[in-house]
Amino acid sequence: MVTQVYAQEAETPTEENLDQAVDATHGEPVPGATGHDNPTHDTHATTEAHADGHSDVFPPFDPATFPSQLLWLAITFAALYLLMSKLALPRIGGILENRKTLIDTDLAAADADRQKTDAAIAAYEKALAEARSKAQGIANQTREAIQADLSAKRSAAEADLSAKVSAAEARIAETKAQALTHVDEIAAETAQAVVGQIVGDVSPDSVRAAVAKVKG
Amino acid sequence: MAGTDPIHQFVIYDIFELFTVGGDGTEGSGTTFAFTNSALFMVLTVAAITLYLLLSTSGRKLVPTRAQLTAELLYEFVAGMVRSSAGTAGMKFFPLVFSLFTFILFANMFGMVPYFFTVTSHIIVTFALSMMVFLTVIIYGFVKNGPKFLKLFVPAGVPGYILPIVTPIEVISFLSRPISLSVRLFGNILAGHITLKVFTGFAVMMIAGLGAVGWAAAILPMLMAIALTGLEFLVGAVQAYVFAVLTCMYLNDAIHPSH
Repeated sequence: MVTQVYAQEAETPTEENLDQAVDATHGEPVPGATGHDNPTHDTHATTEAHADGHSDVFPPFDPATFPSQLLWLAITFAALYLLMSKLALPRIGGILENRKTLIDTDLAAADADRQKTDAAIAAYEKALAEARSKAQGIANQTREAIQADLSAKRSAAEADLSAKVSAAEARIAETKAQALTHVDEIAAETAQAVVGQIVGDVSPDSVRAAVAKVKG
Repeated sequence: MAGTDPIHQFVIYDIFELFTVGGDGTEGSGTTFAFTNSALFMVLTVAAITLYLLLSTSGRKLVPTRAQLTAELLYEFVAGMVRSSAGTAGMKFFPLVFSLFTFILFANMFGMVPYFFTVTSHIIVTFALSMMVFLTVIIYGFVKNGPKFLKLFVPAGVPGYILPIVTPIEVISFLSRPISLSVRLFGNILAGHITLKVFTGFAVMMIAGLGAVGWAAAILPMLMAIALTGLEFLVGAVQAYVFAVLTCMYLNDAIHPSH
């Protein structure tokens, strides 16, 4: 197993790779590279010079590392894909979805509550307006009833009073007339008495006639 | 010294050997599969992604914790990328794009840790990933659209007499996609890591060669290396994003080939 490691051909300082070899003499052994003596790649002449397992291929372009890299990339990436698609992403998606539904339902509930409040306010205002107009109606009715009652009573009282006044007037007139008739009699009696004192007895009839004459 | 050799960091060595396929039974023949340092970092990458996502979301909090929030942001970032490039129909490839993005991102970030191996600095890995995308596009494109998938190479609204010129160009550009996709990622990571190593190597050589003067002079390449380190973090993230976005766009061709 080899690890095709970057290029250190310290063991074979040929003319071509002398520079590299000089570099490589400072090189530390690559971990894992010791004790391997069989480079599997054939891009370079595999000679005993590579007995330390090093090759002079630039590591990213070393085809001998490709199978292992591809194998492990396939394993790890497939594992990542499965873990993401079956576990992590559904979980995060679920969290976000949950939050969204909760916010939506909360908003909907808040909206419903607001509509309910609006309806309640409208109903209250309607009831208030109705009560107000009813109260006004009752007040008007009462006022009218009272007014009607009042005017009826007033007219009745007025009629009663005027009846009483006219009765009283009639009585006065009657009394007056009566009194006036008594005046004649009193005058006659007085005259008779006066005349009787002065000239002796006179007949009441003549006195009356005289009074009537005077009264004339 | 290997410590200043800029190529040494890309060396793949076996941690333990697994099995050999083919060959004549003698040592060195056939194809040997082994668990290498590259494989170790692939496993670490996958383990890190999985543990991070599963642990951060284990509470399934309605009001997320900080860690859960980052996992959710990562999810929504990739989901938005897929949705905007490939449409809602592209969401069936969301796990694939998410896996690609996180794998490349975490592998690149692991690569920024000193002494760590960078999985994406090997062309075979990036090429395998891009071939996977390429084959997914072709297979899904033909399965879903049948022969209509070939409309991809015949842009709508192009006059007939130009088609003999345009169609070969479209075919070539389509076929070169896995190459450009893989070489872009590989090249960026490889070049960045070599540059970083070269500059830090300068500092080491100056100190080793010039003594006290070297310590003073080494400040310059060290400053450069610090700046490059920041740049490399950016490149690592940007390349993961670019790979994922291009994957989405290629998948969009498979889903809607008539564009």
